[in-house]
Amino acid sequence: MNNQQQAELVRQSLKRRYRKERRFRLYGILAIAIALAALVTLFADIIGKGYTGFIKTTITLEVPLDPQTMYLEDATDKDAFNMADFKAPLLTALHNVLPETGKGDNRDLGHLLSSYAANKVRDTLEADLSLLGTTQTMSFLVSDDVSVYVKHADDPNYSIQLSEKQQRWVDRLQERGIIQNSFNDVFFENGDSRDPGHAGVLGAIVGSLLTMVVTLLLSFPIGVAAAIYLEEFAPQNRLTDFIEVNINNLAAVPSIIFGLLGLAVFINLFGLPRSVPLVGGLVLTLMTLPTIIISSRAAIKSVPPSIREAAEGIGASRMQVVLHHVLPLALPGMLTGSIIGMAQALGETAPLLLIGMVAFIVDVPSGFVDSATVLPVQIFLWAGSPELAFIERASAAIMVLLTFLIAMNALAIWLRRRLERRW
Amino acid sequence: MQPGNLFPLVVVLIAIAFALGYARSRAIATPLGGIRHLKSLPFYYAARASLWCGLPALIIFALWLGFEDKVIQTMVIGSLPADLQPDSPGRASLVLSQISNVASGALSPKFVPEPIAGAAERLMALRAESKMMMTLLVICVAVLGAFVAWLRIAPHINAREKVESTLRKIFFMCAGLAILTTVGIIFSVIFETIHFFNKVSFVEFFFGTSWSPQTAIRADQVGSSGAFGMIPLFVGTLLISGIAMLVAVPVGLMSAIYLSEYASRRMRGIVKPLLELLAGVPTVVYGFFAALTVAPFIADAASWLGIDASTESALAAGLVMGIMIIPFVSSLSDDVINAVPQTMRDGSLALGATQAETMTKVIFPAALPGIMGGILLAVSRAIGETMIVVMAAGLAANLTINPLEAVTTVTVQIVTLLTGDQEFDSAKTLSAFALGMMLFIVTLALNVLALHVVRKYREQYE
Amino acid sequence: MNTMNPVIDQDAKVEKAPEPPAGNGINDADLEGRTVGRPFADAPKFSLRDVEVFYGETRAIKRISLDIARNEVIAFIGPSGCGKSTFLRCLNRMNDSIDICRVKGQLQLDGHDIYDPKRDVVELRARVGMVFQKPNPFPKSIYDNVAYGPRIHGLANRKSDLDDIVERSLRGAGLWNEVKDRLDTPGTGLSGGQQQRLCIARAIAVSPEVVLMDEPCSALDPIATARIEELIAELSESYTIIIVTHSMQQAARVSDRTAYFHLGHLVEVNETNKVFTTPQHPLTESYITGRFG
Repeated sequence: MNNQQQAELVRQSLKRRYRKERRFRLYGILAIAIALAALVTLFADIIGKGYTGFIKTTITLEVPLDPQTMYLEDATDKDAFNMADFKAPLLTALHNVLPETGKGDNRDLGHLLSSYAANKVRDTLEADLSLLGTTQTMSFLVSDDVSVYVKHADDPNYSIQLSEKQQRWVDRLQERGIIQNSFNDVFFENGDSRDPGHAGVLGAIVGSLLTMVVTLLLSFPIGVAAAIYLEEFAPQNRLTDFIEVNINNLAAVPSIIFGLLGLAVFINLFGLPRSVPLVGGLVLTLMTLPTIIISSRAAIKSVPPSIREAAEGIGASRMQVVLHHVLPLALPGMLTGSIIGMAQALGETAPLLLIGMVAFIVDVPSGFVDSATVLPVQIFLWAGSPELAFIERASAAIMVLLTFLIAMNALAIWLRRRLERRW
Repeated sequence: MQPGNLFPLVVVLIAIAFALGYARSRAIATPLGGIRHLKSLPFYYAARASLWCGLPALIIFALWLGFEDKVIQTMVIGSLPADLQPDSPGRASLVLSQISNVASGALSPKFVPEPIAGAAERLMALRAESKMMMTLLVICVAVLGAFVAWLRIAPHINAREKVESTLRKIFFMCAGLAILTTVGIIFSVIFETIHFFNKVSFVEFFFGTSWSPQTAIRADQVGSSGAFGMIPLFVGTLLISGIAMLVAVPVGLMSAIYLSEYASRRMRGIVKPLLELLAGVPTVVYGFFAALTVAPFIADAASWLGIDASTESALAAGLVMGIMIIPFVSSLSDDVINAVPQTMRDGSLALGATQAETMTKVIFPAALPGIMGGILLAVSRAIGETMIVVMAAGLAANLTINPLEAVTTVTVQIVTLLTGDQEFDSAKTLSAFALGMMLFIVTLALNVLALHVVRKYREQYE
Repeated sequence: MNTMNPVIDQDAKVEKAPEPPAGNGINDADLEGRTVGRPFADAPKFSLRDVEVFYGETRAIKRISLDIARNEVIAFIGPSGCGKSTFLRCLNRMNDSIDICRVKGQLQLDGHDIYDPKRDVVELRARVGMVFQKPNPFPKSIYDNVAYGPRIHGLANRKSDLDDIVERSLRGAGLWNEVKDRLDTPGTGLSGGQQQRLCIARAIAVSPEVVLMDEPCSALDPIATARIEELIAELSESYTIIIVTHSMQQAARVSDRTAYFHLGHLVEVNETNKVFTTPQHPLTESYITGRFG
């Protein structure tokens, strides 16, 4: 075969081969497109479902705190105070703004307000009895049905529970600015609640924070110490190999297994209480340790041997070399790895379910051994609720969680850029 | 004293020990003509005093806290009259919770038998006593330790060496925690698992095709034993993991190839962080997405096509899990592909191969072992993934490979069996640990194999 | 491809490369485009005019003009970082895969522009094969290594044709007798010298017109080197061979013409014996007498 024939053969094959090349390239682009489309869909879906969670619907009323309507003759009498009808002034106030309503509409009118509205009247009076007999301007959350009607009237996923009559009322009150949407501060000030309007993430955020404090305080020093041992002191022997194998495997063990460990060891064996940040933090420590050890070792490895030799050359002990020279230089890398490990721990749910952090907890936890829940578990609980208003809360909570996670990752990237030295 | 107050107190004692040690070593050095006549710097003598003060005290403190409850409970139960002695662990925990409820005031002593009320008082007394003894012991040990170390400050003692060797031992123990964790995992599942197999036979567990762990409350109820065949769970887990891998492997692999071989620097700079973002999304968020968006969408689409589909389909969970694993597969493949030396690419390109030919005929076969290792790790992740399946896959243990039906998985069952009310010692609760054991063994085997394959692969090109 | 090419590393050092001994008063302007000797030929295989190569801002090749005749063996010599490898890799566009690399000037193969945007790089490389510094057999069997090129280009219709090509190429590379009984064992299992001959067999299996060799013996021991040099002599009967080498002895042994490169300039080109016996340029003389390099 001479060169001409050969060149001819090659030329003939080109078209087919370039078609293949283009197809191959297309597959690549397609794969990236699929991944990015999934990302965009995920975020769009959550934002679309949840942005209304940051909006609360309130009704502002002139409430006449008339003792007669409340059947409250002697306000100083504790029992009488507790028996008083705090709903009555609210109904009067509603009658005042909707003059066409009569006594017969009381039931329907009552449904416009959140069930906690009467409690608010009661709490206000309890705090200051001198308000009795005056008229106060007060804001209340509306009931879920009204909230859904105001926020989602056009959304086919939501079914409107209000009657035609009630819808007309709400429309009129909205026109007059009596029913208004505003930023949902309640969401950030409350713990969980049976009433979606009053449910908030503060309890879960504080719970997450307490759990993370335990995790960070334990996993960072232990992880760094273990990494230093393995990189600087460990002899080449079977035990060291075994430790390394264990660390690598633990990094890949499913997180739920750590939940089983926490349940069996911390709760059943050591008798620590269930549902508390301390145990959650312990479990997440064991889970994140391998990540932190692996990244800390990489950071130590990247410190050039010349630094070590220089310090050893002037007679520093091995430990002094490590603590005075290697550790400070490796610290930015270790911090970066730890922040990423903490971000993983912050998003973790499964092991915490098994140690009982899945309970319904209204109060904001105040300590490491207080019953608490964490943000991801709160999302799980709300997502499982049949009420759409809770789904909205869950999406909003996801946005809060993702904001924390993105902030942590951004911090890690910033730290890496800012502090990491190039050799 | 409360543990919350005792700990800061010990820290203060450690600081005092440091200061005293420092002062004494300087004082000893002065008549000798300065600190260079000491074997070590004053800092190390002081550090040694701190270690002597803090270490034993804190160890005692931790052990006391860890075992206090167990010991007190055993003592309280032991003090009960013979006729109230619990005959099973289940009874014991019942009696204990009764006693502690009385003690905490949640239950009035009027409603319980006399000995129980007595035991409650005893419990309170023991707890107070234990707190007291712990405080005394910890403080004594701390002070004593500091004092001994303080006394032993002498110019000829090499304190640096001793401090460093203690530190080294502490570092070693931190590293050894990895072994302890593995041992802890094994021990936390193995006893319950053995217990479980005393109640349910091996054959039923491994070969049974029906799973319904609902044991009856009364022994005379129908179907009181429940069924513990893990085949449906196993099939369900494999079905969902399989769907996930069908999504994740082609997409992850092809995007890694495109990014490393074709994409411009700019495109890589944009797409890679976005893929990492996908990896950083918590699993509960994926679960939410699967359960509330993808599953209803699939059910609607199927019914529009006239196919019967469950709202909790394996397909929804599998698809979303696949999306979750894409960045995992992609970053592992990227590492592996980049580990193939550039000279291979050059060799192939210089022969006139196109980039696609170079990739499929040279680089991919060379990288295959590494990629297989990565895929094994991804499978292990899919099998152990919990939240997506808990939220989207359902509880019904159907033995089916139809992706449109609801299936359940090993992890779903573990979560379901261990949250909510548990009866201690029932086969139902124990079965969760047996499943956990299975899960641990399978993922461990996959991980060991995968890590081995990947390491061998890397060594080849180093 | 994001792995940095070794060539880049060499050329990144261009600025820092050892300056010629002070005192001979030679600077860039004196060298640029002023090649001494006999750079041009009639009816050349390659006709290269005013070739410049840039890595980002760095000018690695500075206006080189050169002809390469049909079936000649030409050696490129010069101190490290002088641009000889970079120049070689322009000839089958192996620099394409480096993002920051740009090539200017006129480069023609048989009168057709190599860097013509419409030019097919696959076809070009099928005609201009290459052997690299380090032997780089694919992690496949010996047979598959050699058969790889013919397969992708569709040069054999039948298995027996392919067998013929493989045998012919291995014989051509002087490897047949050593490996004929173990064609299905991995190519990576051969010794260094055998691997390099395998790579040569792989290159000639697609019957190229030109073979580029980038320091093909630098990773080999003297005996393997001698074997490859013999092979080059045999191959020169049917191929145009361009060889980059560090070793002046090797250039003297295998080549018809020798080109001396210095800091991106082509200083002198001439018949090999003339370059080594009566160099015309003072820089060439300094180099071959070992004053720097």
